[in-house]
Amino acid sequence: MTGTAPLLSTRELTRHFGGVVALAGLDLEVRRGELLGLIGPNGSGKTTFFNVLTGIFPPTEGDILFAGASIARSTPQAVYRAGITRTFQRSRLCLELSIFDNLAIGAHGRLEHGFVFNVFRRKALGRQADEIAAAGADLLEVFDPPLARRLHEPMAGVAMIDRRRVEICRALMSRPRLLLLDEPSAGMTADETTRLMDDLLEVRRRFGELTIVLIEHAMSVIQRVTDRCVVLNYGRKLCEGTFAEVSSDPEVRRAYLGLR
Amino acid sequence: MTAYRPALRVLSALALGAVIGILIYGLLAAESEKAVGLVLLAVALTVAAGLRTGVLPRLARAAGSGPLLGSVALAGVVLIAVFHDDPFVLLLVARALLVLVACLGLHVQFADAGVPNFAGAAFFGVGGYTAAVLGAGEIPHLLVLLASGAMAAAVGSLLLLPLLRTRGHYAALITIAFGLLFRTFLEVNEGLGGPQGLKLPGLRILGFAFNDDRQLLGLEVSGFAFYCLAAGVLALGAVWLVRRVERSWLGVSLDAVRLDETAAACFGISLGRWKIAALTLGNAIVGVAGGLSAMMVGFIAPNNFTFQESLVLVSILLLGGLGNLAGLAAAALIVVWVPEKLQPIQEFRYLLFSVLVVLVLVLRPGGLVRRRARQAFGSAAA
Repeated sequence: MTGTAPLLSTRELTRHFGGVVALAGLDLEVRRGELLGLIGPNGSGKTTFFNVLTGIFPPTEGDILFAGASIARSTPQAVYRAGITRTFQRSRLCLELSIFDNLAIGAHGRLEHGFVFNVFRRKALGRQADEIAAAGADLLEVFDPPLARRLHEPMAGVAMIDRRRVEICRALMSRPRLLLLDEPSAGMTADETTRLMDDLLEVRRRFGELTIVLIEHAMSVIQRVTDRCVVLNYGRKLCEGTFAEVSSDPEVRRAYLGLR
Repeated sequence: MTAYRPALRVLSALALGAVIGILIYGLLAAESEKAVGLVLLAVALTVAAGLRTGVLPRLARAAGSGPLLGSVALAGVVLIAVFHDDPFVLLLVARALLVLVACLGLHVQFADAGVPNFAGAAFFGVGGYTAAVLGAGEIPHLLVLLASGAMAAAVGSLLLLPLLRTRGHYAALITIAFGLLFRTFLEVNEGLGGPQGLKLPGLRILGFAFNDDRQLLGLEVSGFAFYCLAAGVLALGAVWLVRRVERSWLGVSLDAVRLDETAAACFGISLGRWKIAALTLGNAIVGVAGGLSAMMVGFIAPNNFTFQESLVLVSILLLGGLGNLAGLAAAALIVVWVPEKLQPIQEFRYLLFSVLVVLVLVLRPGGLVRRRARQAFGSAAA
């Protein structure tokens, strides 16, 4: 345990959907700069945790502290401005738009949105578009250099693994302090998953300051990239520790990892 | 990206403008039903052949949108000159242009922000009635037209609260209800002429009366020719504005709101702000078109702004393809002109439009012309 305050902590975080308790008093800490794996069986509340964190659903009870300030009951827009961005389990890119457009959506917070600027000051707008294009190409370059050259192609023509990468880049475009990745390996082959892991490690190497929470079912990914894991069950924390510690916990082994 | 030489660009633009101009000339000049049928067949064949061989898209790409727009404007001026003494044809042209402007306003709402508006005719009417009330006085008519737009946007803001709380079918219903209410409001409001409506003075800008017929270069020019020019200028301005909005961060944000509200919200995009922006801008454009239209016709009544008229505007949007301004222009011409030219189908036009819209939605759900991807607007493109 280091002495610094955690970047994110939740207290008694609870969320009900009618009679269903998706989060049941979750206490969880995310330390600065770590890559935290969030695991647990289907329905254990992982994605709900992300949705409550990003303001899509307000918590029924409890509090969320991010960098010292409460963000429970903030709007998604305020959570974004505070420095948290995410990807979605089922890709939510705008397929009709180009890669560039999708990345620009990620950078929304630092774009100029005035009517006069956008309609009349086209030179300045063009320069800003160039900046966004350069920043986007830089990010894509980390994952896949050829992708960086396809910036103005429509998203719909991009392969699944590259869509995942663009989605992560879109989240990174805002230069977040906390990145939430919701099962990036979903729907990928084993080979693609391996490549995506390399990508994640590369992102960590490039953006040392970045804190990441990763929801993942592929244990190979969790084992290789995470510093620490939290296991959820029935909306509660079952146990936490390094992957080795968590995976040797008899309860976790028996119930969730299918190991004997 | 291929860079085309300037001469090639101009030639391509002129060629395309000439093709469009000739087809439109045929449609406007044809008198008998048989002739109209033949011209429509020629239009269909030309478009089909041009698309099949790839000549039309290639010309359009070679020309670039700026020169193309200029060449179409030139074709328009030539056509107005050709029909200078035929008020019926000129009225048709001006009406189609103003309907196109109104549809451009609706385009911002439907195709960019994804906010349905089935009260297009009502906002057109707000613009018209504003022109009727203010135009009679001493206020310069350019300001009256701006006021028509501002009034339509202001009246539209009555709908903001319910529209921000609903989406999809429910939002559409709210606009339909507003359209019906608007007509009833006009009919019972004696101050606005009640069911009989109001008369308007003709447009007058800097002492130039648009209504008067004039001798120009030895030709007897109908007043409607000047309205055509005014409508054309307005249409070009609206196309320019809407294109600029779409090719900027404004367009990107509107697209994000339309395509995925949850994702948009998670990237800091305020859904309310962008829907309000689209509704306001769209209604303002519709209102200006309504104001000019009322001044041109010289008379407005509640019957001009029915729900059916709103549906005609929406059917133009659906036919033209949401997200494609060229398709929109073509659809506006077809929907406004064909019933006027083919009198026998005049009575059945709503029926025909309905069938046409259903066919398009079944066979080509994206509209006749597909949505175009946003062009880059980096400094190289701007």
